[in-house]
Amino acid sequence: MSFLEVAHVSKSYSGAIALNDARLDIAPGEVHALMGENGAGKSTIIKILAGVTAADNMAATIDGKPVTISDAQESYRHGLRFIHQELNIVPHLSVAENIMLGLPYPRRFGALVDWSKLNAMARAALDKLQVSHIDTRIKAARLSTGDQMLMKIAATLISAGDNVARLYVMDEPTAALTGAESRKLFEVIDELKQSGASILYVSHRMNEVMEICDRVTVFRDGQTIATRNLSDTDKNEVIHLMTGRDVKDSYPPRRAAKSEDVLLETKALRTRQVRDVGFQVNRGEILGIAGLADAGQSAVLLALLGVDRVQAGHVTIHGSPIAAQNPSTAWRNHVAYIPRERRREGLMLQRRIVDNINLPHLQKLSFAAGFLSRRRERRFADALGKKVRLKSGGMNQACYQLSGGNQQKVVFARALGDAPELLLLDEPTRGVDVGAKFDIYTLIRERSAEGAAVVMTSSDLPELIGMCDRILIMREGAQHSIIETDGLSPADLLAKFYD
Amino acid sequence: MISLFKRYGTLVGFIAIVAFFWFNLPDTFMTARNWLNISQQISMLAVVAFTMTFVMVMGDFDLSVGSMASLSGITAALLFSQGYPVAAGVAAALAMGILGGFFNGFLVSILGILPFVATLGTLTMFSGLAFWLSDGKTIFGRDIPKTFSGFARGGVDIELAGTLALKIPYLSILALVVLAAVWLVLEQTSFGRRLYAIGGNYEAARLAGVKVRRLRMAAFALTGFGAAIGGLMYASRVASANPTQGSGLMLDAIAAVFLGMTMSEEGEPRVLATLVGVLILGVLDNGLTQMSVDSYIREILVGAIILTAVASSSVGKFRR
Repeated sequence: MSFLEVAHVSKSYSGAIALNDARLDIAPGEVHALMGENGAGKSTIIKILAGVTAADNMAATIDGKPVTISDAQESYRHGLRFIHQELNIVPHLSVAENIMLGLPYPRRFGALVDWSKLNAMARAALDKLQVSHIDTRIKAARLSTGDQMLMKIAATLISAGDNVARLYVMDEPTAALTGAESRKLFEVIDELKQSGASILYVSHRMNEVMEICDRVTVFRDGQTIATRNLSDTDKNEVIHLMTGRDVKDSYPPRRAAKSEDVLLETKALRTRQVRDVGFQVNRGEILGIAGLADAGQSAVLLALLGVDRVQAGHVTIHGSPIAAQNPSTAWRNHVAYIPRERRREGLMLQRRIVDNINLPHLQKLSFAAGFLSRRRERRFADALGKKVRLKSGGMNQACYQLSGGNQQKVVFARALGDAPELLLLDEPTRGVDVGAKFDIYTLIRERSAEGAAVVMTSSDLPELIGMCDRILIMREGAQHSIIETDGLSPADLLAKFYD
Repeated sequence: MISLFKRYGTLVGFIAIVAFFWFNLPDTFMTARNWLNISQQISMLAVVAFTMTFVMVMGDFDLSVGSMASLSGITAALLFSQGYPVAAGVAAALAMGILGGFFNGFLVSILGILPFVATLGTLTMFSGLAFWLSDGKTIFGRDIPKTFSGFARGGVDIELAGTLALKIPYLSILALVVLAAVWLVLEQTSFGRRLYAIGGNYEAARLAGVKVRRLRMAAFALTGFGAAIGGLMYASRVASANPTQGSGLMLDAIAAVFLGMTMSEEGEPRVLATLVGVLILGVLDNGLTQMSVDSYIREILVGAIILTAVASSSVGKFRR
């Protein structure tokens, strides 16, 4: 019998469907992988299990008995524990204190903390995991990321009390770990498994999943596509299950032939975050940048925008060395940029739409001496709003009131404002609903047909294949290869990310 | 209804305060003479608070304006006592303000020190400099030229119905000129709009090509410039300069901007709203003095009013 079974899980966020009748069952003592592309609904179901987000509909059972998960405490009482990529540690407290955090510390004389007992309890927890190399007395900040993760796992053992940990949900646990640290984590996972606990292992790393997991459930577009024993399947089938759909049609076709005129060229580019990046982009061409999470895709754009200093190699636009030592000169040279984090890096949420659109273009909307022309401002923003098919309650509306898709259109309107020749797009459709996505693709195509060069990143592989002429593959901060998208399948592309 | 109260609560409060004094001081409060008097009393605070709005628009603030005002007065007075002409003293004091402001901007924007810490440091430095230059003494009497101190006593005469003559003080007119200038720069130029953008989202402004560092420096320089003007006005008014005379300005200026922020929907500083903040502080001071309320009680009241205004508005929530 399953330990945990959830079925008919549905969830939508203001109209955008995140989960649609998904299901997931986890047997006692198994390591169960959850895989799917970005936006497939993995993080949504994790949040629902954690009691952070409420499902619109869900039937959950534990040991065959129906249960509810209405908040984080209830999730905890069911024995669910969550190990996130971003670990909540208190860096200036000792390892022992971090392990005991939230629990009454052992006391001496009824008032003073019994430090030796505290350390002994923490030690015992680490020993259960066969982790002997961590000193419980040092500050948590001094541990490596991998050891911090082990520390957090140890904390879940001790905080048990009556509530024994029965399922560990690990979200991309190895994303920030070195190879050796990952190995140690796998050993600990094995220990946990031997003790009868289950692990839900969420990861993009196919090789790890094949190695340590017993079963895999694949999500796609908010639905459960299949659950397989890993002994009965292989890498290719899983990738096919993750991406398998014909998506060519949902992208607008190219409008004009790409020109032979090279607009952007980089050679042996190196910055703080990337190295060996060299490519050319012609006018009218769209280049994609792809790779595993944080392989340096965004960092290439930041180098072109002048945010990250170029340490070696060079960038030329129109054959002349780019002056972009900062974003200001980049914008002035008709380079426009759409940041990855719309809310944090893109918008002034409290301010009006017109202010957000016009921000980089104030110079040309002013009379002499920098005095703004309200009329020019209004006309400029109106025209751009119309161009990007913005749906709003007028240009004076504050941006936080707009939906995600319309917020992204505001950012696009800003970028298109000054007829950019080079468009740098970091995840241009992130968190955007389907209809707005198509509008955005159309805008990219239009600008491209007008002769702009486009460089875009995306973790949505069908999107990259549907929009781009060529795709640059990044692996761990270095350029790996550039491939043509003609006849490329998402599975082929995904396979390029792995060794 | 609630949002209306949030938006206009401070303005309603101001009107209530005025009504209260009108009722309690029927003969003296609501007269043109008293209001001209108030306008003169608040003119120095007003100039400092208006220019303080430049940095607060970006979400920063400047604690050093009070000691900069003192330093500016001392600088001018010292030059006067050495026999330099009035224009030279005034110019040197203003230059001191701009320089000190740039220094604040450098610390905050280039070195990345938090505004609180950076301007706390320069507060102490400017104050020490003022003491050192003046040897800790008040400069007064024959050292202060008549043309300089006369400015604060002068004004534009107006005849009302041929009989009642009133004088609009030059200090009040100067404050109005600064108000107009700050309003123009903040609300009507791309420079001002970019400052608001920085306050709205620093990272977004930077990535959209706004020269955030340079603008932040410039805004601090303008605030320093305003503090120097305020200091000169004060020195002219009392016809003397001492190294502590500006120190009361800093907290009142920040309080005035905060009071003004409670009136904007987004919780942003607006210079016209800052004017209301300054008026609230000025009217309270004037009215309570006329009612012979103990000055310590006055301080308690002013503090309570600021907290009430901020608590009842949305300012507390939205700013970072």
